[in-house]
Amino acid sequence: MPFEPGEWAPLGPAPGMVYSRFPKHRRGETGVPAAPVIDVTDLTKRFGDLLAVDRVSFALAPGEILGLLGANGAGKTTTLQLVLGLTAPTSGRIRVLGMDIEKKRRAVLQRVNFSSAYISLPTNLTAWENLLVFSRLYGLRRARAKILGLLERFEIPHVLNRVVGSLSSGQITRLNLCKALLNDPEVLFLDEPTASLDPDIAEKVRCTLLDIQHERHLSIIWTSHNMQEITNLCDRVIFLARGRVVLEGGPQEILDRTRADSLDEVFISVARSGNLHLPAVEATAPASAGIP
Amino acid sequence: MWLRVSALVLRYLFLYRRSLARAGEIVFWPVMELLVWGFLTTYLDELSPKKPMVYLLGGLIFWDVLYRSQQAITLAVTEEIWVKNLLNIFLAPVSIFELMLATCIMGIIKSLLTGVLLSVLALLFYTFNILDVGLALVPFLICLLLFGWAMGMCTMALVLRFGQAAEALVWGVPFLIQPISAVFYPVAVLPPWLQVIAKLLPSTYVFEGMRTALDTGEVSLSLLGLALLLNLIYLVGAAAYFGWMFARVREKGGLTRLGME
Ligand SMILES: Nc1ncnc2c1ncn2[C@@H]1O[C@H](COP(=O)(O)OP(=O)(O)OP(=O)(O)O)[C@@H](O)[C@H]1O
Ligand SMILES: [Mg+2]
Repeated sequence: MPFEPGEWAPLGPAPGMVYSRFPKHRRGETGVPAAPVIDVTDLTKRFGDLLAVDRVSFALAPGEILGLLGANGAGKTTTLQLVLGLTAPTSGRIRVLGMDIEKKRRAVLQRVNFSSAYISLPTNLTAWENLLVFSRLYGLRRARAKILGLLERFEIPHVLNRVVGSLSSGQITRLNLCKALLNDPEVLFLDEPTASLDPDIAEKVRCTLLDIQHERHLSIIWTSHNMQEITNLCDRVIFLARGRVVLEGGPQEILDRTRADSLDEVFISVARSGNLHLPAVEATAPASAGIP
Repeated sequence: MWLRVSALVLRYLFLYRRSLARAGEIVFWPVMELLVWGFLTTYLDELSPKKPMVYLLGGLIFWDVLYRSQQAITLAVTEEIWVKNLLNIFLAPVSIFELMLATCIMGIIKSLLTGVLLSVLALLFYTFNILDVGLALVPFLICLLLFGWAMGMCTMALVLRFGQAAEALVWGVPFLIQPISAVFYPVAVLPPWLQVIAKLLPSTYVFEGMRTALDTGEVSLSLLGLALLLNLIYLVGAAAYFGWMFARVREKGGLTRLGME
């Protein structure tokens, strides 16, 4: 694989780490911008007095991985839920795969999927029973082969006949991802997908997801508090602060622009000031960022 | 559509197969209830020349059909909240109508299972035969199922809107209806103002009708028709209420909150 150390992502993996197999291969392949799979314009969501999402606009290109970053309460989850039509927007326009989410919600849901470390599959059913139910909900043919294949890919084939309640949280997270890939989604929404995983499994999960993303030209929106993960995975990131987009661009581009050493620095600066003041960042170097 | 509805039904059937506690709800509580009421009425029968047993046991079995029907719908949603599966369901391409339909089918299955079980036990232990109600049994049961669905839709809406706080209502609402519906006694014993309310509930006509049928073997078709009509009104009302409430839930971001906490 044509990986040249130092070519991208200063915080990137050491050479030889597995996900370096996919340096940002996806960008600039043709140069012609394809129609976005997600197109959000002036999205606003108000909960009473609280402005959770404030005039957010962004687009997601086919095959792109977009990182949604921001401090706790910045509005990441709310944005995802708005785009998925779970929550009704106060104003703004949301189009997914060319369809208005408010009008064509089910047609959209058939072609996208969602996973998060904070939800689970019914704990009193086995992995097989769960995935079987969901493959029927998605109208899947040849469900068995699909299910076995996905479990195999996430290295949890042995959980097939085990009750979900007896699985470890890492296994449950991976099972959730299997569910999220059952319908061969064109867009995948991942809300902190690796939050409960140990570094080893998290790494494997990222690799598997990247493999699949690569094969299928899948578009992904990914929220995470792990800046290294975001740096390495995402083609583009959006920083939210108090519901607003304060920064947007490729990870390297953002680092260049802000002259920060890592996204952690940028994150802390954005989180503390609600905007970009890099001198402040320099004063408080992110020794406490907690990212290995 | 049917594939999705059957998938949801399958999901709840798996649940009952896997979880003894949940399955116990169909068997354990109703049977205990039957035993208590059965022995109580056996005793009452000895005291009273009018033999109240048939009314009470008939009322009990009918009541359970109504109760299970309502519970099936609401419990389906509380179940998804408990196991953190709510978002998976609402993010699958399933319409609310399909979800409702699936839970209503579960309601039929649960009610019938419990109903048959109680009827057989009542026959064995207390020689009470529910079939004595006669042919009207079928429309009676349909009325009860429908009213259970209407109540279930309302309590489901409350759970989606208020979450845990409304769970007490899930169990409570039917018991709000119980004293007014004249389950175990004729409407005539209610104070006049309560009688007015009682006559607005379709269930009242079923329980009254059941007693008349047990007494005389006759059924008032006009009262049955009235019960069906009332049921339709309640169902439409409940669906509208649910729709309204669901829009409020989406407004307030309630699904995310219930689904992720
Ligand atoms: N249903 C709701 N009702 C009221 N306020 C809400 C609701 N959902 C979210 N909020 C508020 O909106 C803001 C954004 O929340 P959101 O969950 O989107 O943040 P987040 O970026 O996902 O944070 P985290 O990193 O903690 O997951 C927060 O202040 C939160 O308290
Ligand atoms: Mg969040």
